[in-house]
Amino acid sequence: MTYIAKPKLHHPSLTRNRVGFTRRDYEGKISTLCAGCGHDSISAAIVQACWELDIEPHRVAKLSGIGCSSKTPDYFLGQSHGFNTVHGRMPSVLTGAYLANRDLLYLGVSGDGDSASIGIGQFVHAMRRGVDMTYIVENNGVYGLTKGQFSATADQGSKSKKGVENTDSPVDLVSLALQLGASFVARSFSGDKAQLVPLIKAAMKHRGAAFIDVISPCVAFNNHGGSTKSYDYVREHNDAVNRLDIIEGRAAIEVVQPDDGVIDVEQHDGSVIRLRKLEADYDPRDRLEAMNFIAHHAAKGEVVTGLLFVDADARDFHAHLKTAPTPLNQLDTAALCPGAAALEKVNAGLR
Amino acid sequence: MTASTNDFVIKFANVNGSGSASANELFAKAILRMGVPVSPRNIFPSNIQGLPTWYEVRVSAAGHLGRRGGVDLMVAMNPQTFEADVREIEAGGYLFFDSTKPLPPGVRSDIEVIGMPLTMLCVKHYDDPRQRQLLKNVLYLGGLSMLLGIEADVVETLLSEQYKGKPQLAQPNIDAFRLGRAWAKDNLKHPLKFAVVRADNVGDRIFIDGNSAAGLGCVYGGATVCAWYPITPSTSVAEAFEKYCHKFRVDADGKRKFAIVQAEDEIASIGMVVGAGWNGARAFTATSGPGVSLMTEFLGLAYFAEIPATIVNVQRGGPSTGMPTRTQQADVLSCAWASHGDTQHVLLFPEDPHESFGFAADALDLADKLQTPVFLMLDLDIGMNQRLCKPFQWDAERTHQRGKVLDAEALESGVPFGRYRDVDGDGIAYRTYPGTHPVRGAYFTRGTTKDADARYSERGPDYLENVHRLKRKFETAKSLVPQPIIERAHRPTSIGVLYFGSTSPSMHEAAQRLAAEGLALDLMRIRAYPFPDSVRDFVLAHEQVFLVEQNRDAQLRTLLIHAFDLDPARVTAVLHYDGTPITARFIAGAIRDRLAAVRQEVAA
Ligand SMILES: Cc1ncc(C[n+]2csc(CCOP(=O)(O)OP(=O)(O)O)c2C)c(N)n1
Ligand code: SF4
Ligand SMILES: [Mg+2]
Repeated sequence: MTYIAKPKLHHPSLTRNRVGFTRRDYEGKISTLCAGCGHDSISAAIVQACWELDIEPHRVAKLSGIGCSSKTPDYFLGQSHGFNTVHGRMPSVLTGAYLANRDLLYLGVSGDGDSASIGIGQFVHAMRRGVDMTYIVENNGVYGLTKGQFSATADQGSKSKKGVENTDSPVDLVSLALQLGASFVARSFSGDKAQLVPLIKAAMKHRGAAFIDVISPCVAFNNHGGSTKSYDYVREHNDAVNRLDIIEGRAAIEVVQPDDGVIDVEQHDGSVIRLRKLEADYDPRDRLEAMNFIAHHAAKGEVVTGLLFVDADARDFHAHLKTAPTPLNQLDTAALCPGAAALEKVNAGLR
Repeated sequence: MTASTNDFVIKFANVNGSGSASANELFAKAILRMGVPVSPRNIFPSNIQGLPTWYEVRVSAAGHLGRRGGVDLMVAMNPQTFEADVREIEAGGYLFFDSTKPLPPGVRSDIEVIGMPLTMLCVKHYDDPRQRQLLKNVLYLGGLSMLLGIEADVVETLLSEQYKGKPQLAQPNIDAFRLGRAWAKDNLKHPLKFAVVRADNVGDRIFIDGNSAAGLGCVYGGATVCAWYPITPSTSVAEAFEKYCHKFRVDADGKRKFAIVQAEDEIASIGMVVGAGWNGARAFTATSGPGVSLMTEFLGLAYFAEIPATIVNVQRGGPSTGMPTRTQQADVLSCAWASHGDTQHVLLFPEDPHESFGFAADALDLADKLQTPVFLMLDLDIGMNQRLCKPFQWDAERTHQRGKVLDAEALESGVPFGRYRDVDGDGIAYRTYPGTHPVRGAYFTRGTTKDADARYSERGPDYLENVHRLKRKFETAKSLVPQPIIERAHRPTSIGVLYFGSTSPSMHEAAQRLAAEGLALDLMRIRAYPFPDSVRDFVLAHEQVFLVEQNRDAQLRTLLIHAFDLDPARVTAVLHYDGTPITARFIAGAIRDRLAAVRQEVAA
């Protein structure tokens, strides 16, 4: 098949954000996913988040692996460079891209097969290193693109469309990311845009490895009774710990009145994540508590969503590497090559 | 063996981890400083401590740097391998051993035995066990210097250089050296049948290993991202890059103009290189055969998505549990055709550290110009052994060639952009870096399902247009890669020999030897794949063509026959693949035998 360009009907009433773009400017090609696929809702949330954040689209680099989920970067941010890499290996390509130019925003999109099976090694190491990125797993518990095999995040006991039961215990990427040192960890549901958009915004504002596991039902292969990743199951068992707003640069554009259950977390760039706690005793600044809390609820079959952990003072991989402030891809021969005279000295030392 | 000056082979048999390496290297360097060419080779096991290790030094006034084969003087310091080591000595040669313990009975009568009570001397002079061990090596250095006529000053200067800034180490070493030398002077018959005599045959050449040279070449070539995973024999490439980056690329405020990542595996290494290349930074990885195998999926993607990547492959023998510490040229095919689908990759074959340096920088330029993976094909022999070679050269005017990249200005001016359009007819399209322009030049990168404007397409004609352009691009590569070098025989001949990489010094020596026997050979050294057409012309211009390789299956020959649709009968393979570096004896023997057989066939 060939591509379909989305008709660019710029309605005069479309609102422009502070950098002069309309919401449309953050869209991409028309999706080729199944109607009702959770992944499309996530794409829409990404579009909304980037527009609201006043990010110039070309300052984002979007990368993905292989899968239905990994196809989606073609369906948002059409004015950003995108890279559909190989199955499970998006994290390394993103890491390399991030090393090359520290000035762009990096958005990695992956699937549960992509990140929890074939690519789990790369997932692990990108989190450990603190690559400054927003890493979204569109988690449907199956391999959508290869037609419905169980993925490693499928719950033990959940049933495939054909009625086969999954006997393996599941990988929980959220717990894993916490254990590995990711400095922003969240879970959400593709059907909950009100929660998801602010989470993506907060993740993109975060410096360091920001991970969001988004439960995203596959209507073709995993939206039936026995599945714990179906719309119905998640709606019934979703237990949100908090709701959040992003307050940019402390400018008071805030809408919600803070009350007792509010936590403000200031990020490195001065923006503030304001969390309205829904669970009274939940504090997302405590990694251990987060891990405990998630395990505790998982045992009860509950899916906790919201911002589960954030370390606003995290350092990223470039800070660890002491990389120069000028992006490496902008350094020219004069900056990089020691030159002929220095080489003569090297030669002299080798005789 | 007959008496000779500046022409012999000495082999040190040691125990790995005993500190012998630096003493042995110093021995080789001392001879070099006396103006006499040497070529040392490490023969070491795949472990850190305890197993046998050898260091073989060929001394050759004529400047033959290939492995000669045979040993004239064995410094047998390892009881474990003693018997086998003694067997290797050429008749009439010498055995040098630690005579603290008596020689086992029945040692060969056709060699001369030199005993020096090294352990006893150490025990007598030093209390600390570690010092006894380390200085034992320096003691034999002293003894050998006396026996072989190596100048004391030269060795002492080298020792002072080695321990520059650490006088507490320098002096004991110099003292031990003098002690050994004095003992040999008083107690041993000297000089031996062969000796080192000061000469002027080294010139301004430098002495370095190919891996360090490649690492430095990557610094000069402007690589800023290095992602790698440790594997013998390539590890020292990344280590050298790091060392030279710390020397040359750190700002006054400590900020680094480079990023080095020890990745979790080779898949991640190449993934990072691909990501960095896509995003406009020069990036490379260093690995060996098993690593290349892991990288192949990404290499195919990089080929089709047209992303620059430089891969330094220091070839070794066989698979992961194979012969990691032995040399071969056995990854030619696995690199040239790495990955699935119709892929082909550019390979560069340096002959020595000098070219390893230059080709590393060239590889980074080529990868950018051709927007494709480029392999720098070293092997253990040139990678991990110090080799005498021409000094490194860098043209002061040279700038990094970044290839066809449209910047913000070009995009702003309205230059039409389609990522895979063949605007110039050379198969190389223009690219843009992410983040260049707010509304122009962005595109979506994927493998093959695309049209010339990088839009999703599964249409056959779009696929064909793309892969045919890639083929054109590979044709273009022929004129951009290092061209082959021809050395003609002194008289016209119908015999031609092709060779490449580390075979070079042995090939030259073999050709000289055969020329002396009246057999004239035209030589062509292949330096890159895709082969320029001059390689085909050379083959067709000679009646009998040999191709010398260090692998079992004549891999380069397969590529050559395939590339030019040649009659396989035209090219005879000369193959060496036991893991040791190829020798002139072997090449000359194989060619001589083959020609004799042909003559017999003709006569019959
Ligand atoms: C090396 C490799 N093996 C297998 C495949 C086939 N494959 C394509 S997508 C996919 C699974 C994708 O699952 P997931 O990441 O969960 O994405 P989803 O389609 O569910 O969104 C597989 C196995 C491949 N593309 N590459
Ligand atoms: S198969 Fe499933 S995951 Fe893939 S597009 Fe359809 S609904 Fe989405
Ligand atoms: Mg999936």
